[in-house]
Amino acid sequence: MITLKKLSKTFQTRTTSISAVDQANLEISQGEIFGIIGYSGAGKSTLIRMLNMLERPSSGEVILAGNNMASLRGKRLREARQEISMIFQHFNLLWSRTVAENIEFPLEIAKVPKADRQKRVKELVELVGLKGREDAYPSQLSGGQKQRVGIARALANKPKVLLCDEATSALDPKTTDSILELLTDINQKLGLTIVLITHEMHVIRKICHRVAVMEDGKIVEQGPVLDVFRTPEKKITKEFVKQVIEPEETMETIRELLGKDDGGTIVKLMFMGENAEQPVINELIRSYHVSVNILQGKVSKTRDGSYGTLFVQLEGNDDSVKEAIQYLKGQQVEAEVLEDDK
Amino acid sequence: MINNLLPNVHWDNMWEATLETLYMSIAAVILTFVLGIILGLLLYLTDKGNLWQNKPIHAITAAVVNIFRSIPFIILIILLVPFTIFLVGTMLGPNAAIPALVIGAAPFYARMVEIGLREVDKGVIEAAQSMGASQWHIIFKVLLPESMPALISGITVTSIALVSYTAMAGVIGAGGLGDLAFREGYQRSNSDVTFVATVAILIIVFIMQWIGDWMTNKTDKR
Ligand SMILES: Nc1ncnc2c1ncn2[C@@H]1O[C@H](COP(=O)(O)OP(=O)(O)OP(=O)(O)O)[C@@H](O)[C@H]1O
Ligand SMILES: [Mg+2]
Repeated sequence: MITLKKLSKTFQTRTTSISAVDQANLEISQGEIFGIIGYSGAGKSTLIRMLNMLERPSSGEVILAGNNMASLRGKRLREARQEISMIFQHFNLLWSRTVAENIEFPLEIAKVPKADRQKRVKELVELVGLKGREDAYPSQLSGGQKQRVGIARALANKPKVLLCDEATSALDPKTTDSILELLTDINQKLGLTIVLITHEMHVIRKICHRVAVMEDGKIVEQGPVLDVFRTPEKKITKEFVKQVIEPEETMETIRELLGKDDGGTIVKLMFMGENAEQPVINELIRSYHVSVNILQGKVSKTRDGSYGTLFVQLEGNDDSVKEAIQYLKGQQVEAEVLEDDK
Repeated sequence: MINNLLPNVHWDNMWEATLETLYMSIAAVILTFVLGIILGLLLYLTDKGNLWQNKPIHAITAAVVNIFRSIPFIILIILLVPFTIFLVGTMLGPNAAIPALVIGAAPFYARMVEIGLREVDKGVIEAAQSMGASQWHIIFKVLLPESMPALISGITVTSIALVSYTAMAGVIGAGGLGDLAFREGYQRSNSDVTFVATVAILIIVFIMQWIGDWMTNKTDKR
């Protein structure tokens, strides 16, 4: 559906030139929810804005739904843009128009006849769950409701691709979840390809099929979400994965224990599936002379299955602990002995 | 009773002058609104980072606007005499005041339009572009509607200035309440005429302000 080939964008300022996106290669398939994650300034917005030519690339290619986007100008570009919708962090609704009129706006641009427009608006209002609020103005809506209008507006012309630029970053966690659910729903119902950028890993975890990690304008890692969670390669990816699976308080406790002499041995277990760790722990307690103290456990659901981590503290004499670790390493779970890194 | 208090006021003259002032003001307001928006759009769109970014055109428009905004109105009327005669065919009557009124007020209003347009969220313009909006769509469906409260409160201020300009335009024979107050009131020492003419002008100004405020509130959904 979308192919990026050596896509680059350099901004020229008076004093320097900033390489915002650097030789990005990407392949996004039809019907996929593809996430792009990176810290502020990584070039995510610049990258996604090049998909619909809001930003023109300095070099490289964007092929989207068969169009070589950079070669399109004027009317042809405007027509191509009607197949690629976008939603924004700050919603970007017209405050002078009601909910219904905002949703109607792209249909007016596409010169859809009045009667059809109204019919379509009605469908969309229902799809995004805003029935009864058609005549409200954006200033009378909550953030979550505004984003629903944004989504309805984006879907009005039945696009092939939906671009989301930090679409949930201005929302609270609960509202974020409801918007993410709506996006998943749309993706399944309409088979829409969704590209979303974010700096929050849990957004990726919840709805994306695949993810790319951006740092300093480069795509440094990409793959299916579950794989990236299990085996993050780059340092930055590990940091993002940690955001989701290792809450900060736990890490503090663990660091404290690691600092102590009698803190025992701390092992981090990583496993797939919801209950994969249970037989292993049972066996560990039954057959090895160690006491097992569970410090923290967490299961993260991704679209393609669950992935869990468990921190345990093993206490016993050195030999038993060694044997226990030996056993763990031989099992389905991945085990990593944490060392004091101070 | 009223005629005793205001012995020199000829009410039909007063009414006629009021209508002339109203006519001059309303015609000038309408034309200023249109010309001001065109100039304001040109200033905004040719500015750096906007749709028609164009340094020379922006600089020329800005210079013209600034020059006409700086010329005192009374001098502008005199400077525009040949132009007015060319356009209207005479220097007498309310119509003769209109070119000078519009040329005096439109640059003033254009700056207010420009400020109003700058307040329009760039993100909204970008959203429209991402939907495939053409430049005309962006102007007529985004820029103007989204800045409407500012455009209306700007034209309210401008129209009140225009009412006072019409009084000066009386000097060149355009008629109206200002002319009446000057000739019948001041020159013939009929202070009652001046007083009534002033009250009439105040009423016009208050009504304009009221309409303007009402429309600004009605369009402002922020
Ligand atoms: N129009 C511009 N002119 C100059 N530099 C720019 C411009 N737009 C972006 N940049 C620079 O390009 C880099 C990438 O910016 P971009 O907005 O793509 O980052 P981002 O990953 O979206 O960050 P954030 O999470 O804060 O939105 C930054 O260093 C930024 O300063
Ligand atoms: Mg950004």
